[in-house]
Amino acid sequence: MLRFLAAVGAVLLGFLAGTGRLVIFAGLTLSTALTPPFYLRAILREIINIGYFSLPVVGLTAIFTGMVLALQSHTGFSRFAAEGAVATVVVLSVTRELGPVITGLMVAGRVGAAMAAEIGTMRVTDQIDALTTLSTDPLRYLVLPRLAAGLITLPMLVLVADIIGVFGGYLVGVYRLGFNPEAYLNRTHQYLETIDVVSGLVKAAVFGFIIALMGCYHGYYSRGGAQGVGQATTYAVVSASVLILVFNYVITAVFFGR
Amino acid sequence: MSDTDATLKISVRELRKSFGRKRVLDGVNIDCASGESLVIIGGSGTGKSVLVKCILGLFHPEAGSIRIDGVETTGLRHAARERLLQKIGMLFQGSALFDSLSVWENVAFGLIQGRGMERPAAREIALVKLAAVGLGPEVSLLRPAELSGGMQKRVALARAIATEPEIIFFDEPTTGLDPIMADVINDLIVKCVREVGTTAVSITHDMVSARKIADRIAMLHQGRIVWCGPTAEIDDSGNPYVDQFINGRAEGPIRMEIRAA
Repeated sequence: MLRFLAAVGAVLLGFLAGTGRLVIFAGLTLSTALTPPFYLRAILREIINIGYFSLPVVGLTAIFTGMVLALQSHTGFSRFAAEGAVATVVVLSVTRELGPVITGLMVAGRVGAAMAAEIGTMRVTDQIDALTTLSTDPLRYLVLPRLAAGLITLPMLVLVADIIGVFGGYLVGVYRLGFNPEAYLNRTHQYLETIDVVSGLVKAAVFGFIIALMGCYHGYYSRGGAQGVGQATTYAVVSASVLILVFNYVITAVFFGR
Repeated sequence: MSDTDATLKISVRELRKSFGRKRVLDGVNIDCASGESLVIIGGSGTGKSVLVKCILGLFHPEAGSIRIDGVETTGLRHAARERLLQKIGMLFQGSALFDSLSVWENVAFGLIQGRGMERPAAREIALVKLAAVGLGPEVSLLRPAELSGGMQKRVALARAIATEPEIIFFDEPTTGLDPIMADVINDLIVKCVREVGTTAVSITHDMVSARKIADRIAMLHQGRIVWCGPTAEIDDSGNPYVDQFINGRAEGPIRMEIRAA
């Protein structure tokens, strides 16, 4: 029994220590944003890397998500003779939930892993120490531009995903399920409110920060050569994905919980 | 040399550093005078790299004093540490060149990011430094991954001297190179140090390299300096640890930790 409690205690202490280290890492990085120099070129490079190069995968995921959502909701609602709600369900689901979450998870897999691998490799090959010896703060030079780019780029990506996802629903609704195009678009407009889109974009900004933070954090503290870097990428993707789902609930509760 | 000696560039006193239960540095005392080339020798895992990383501030020692130009550096805050590092250059064992940057951007990195120099001016200096280590402008646009190990060391050396630092640390500068390339690197180090009058601290277990670049040699064993003296005296040190090490004998007071299968 004592051994069991000791094991549980060790896990809990490890979790708390890890959380504390993550918060300090984020705090130290954000504190570098208060004073120059600012690496704007690095931020722009990361925005292109996260945003532009993620467009194909985000676009594909969004269009199929919208399509399958239209198909499934039509199947379900036809049992209650409520097929007319398909357009509304698609647009609300995509803007509030599926757009941000699917985009976040796809970008976590593509970009979070790449960040952890790049920074992890820099760590195990002494490149981060080299930055320090060249009077350059690694947090300011490597981490802050990625956090800023994640924060800026994810909302843009989610906006694109929202449009493509709704378009996917429209394609299935009109060409497969036989809805009148004008009526479908009217229904899409009718019940969509600003808060639906805004809540999705707020989620996206938070998810972008989480993805970049977890990628950089696990890469920065990776140890032990190629195996350590591999582990860092796995932890980066898994932890970012879990946190995205957790914060998705928290933000939804804040916006729509009443 | 005393602590108050005005020519003392680096002074380390009773430095201690552990990782978990393993004590790596156990009261290191060592001095390096201005313009001197000091080489620290010792077997693998004796704490040579840890000592240098403590001096650079990359590791925080548990106890002891590190003075550079008479200023205590162990408790330096971030901005003061960055200012201190502006007078230090470092050549890493694995070169540690930035993969995402071209050769000239690597060499000019300290000038652009550390000192805020404009890119065209920094590029001119980078090309001069590359020429100083025997590399032409055609190499400047390549990526580090496109270079051989010897060329990477030369680029790393060019980066270390680009800001014309007062102190340069060399971590195993010839490890992994063939004897001819190792000699080329040794010559370049001697040339860079002697011409500019830089203070150099090198760590190596390559005795050929140590004899060539050192004014003074110190031996680190089990976290302590067990011998320190002029290069010319190393063969007559009378120290059993030094004798075993420089002659590469398996028998002697230094016991390698080899676990039986």
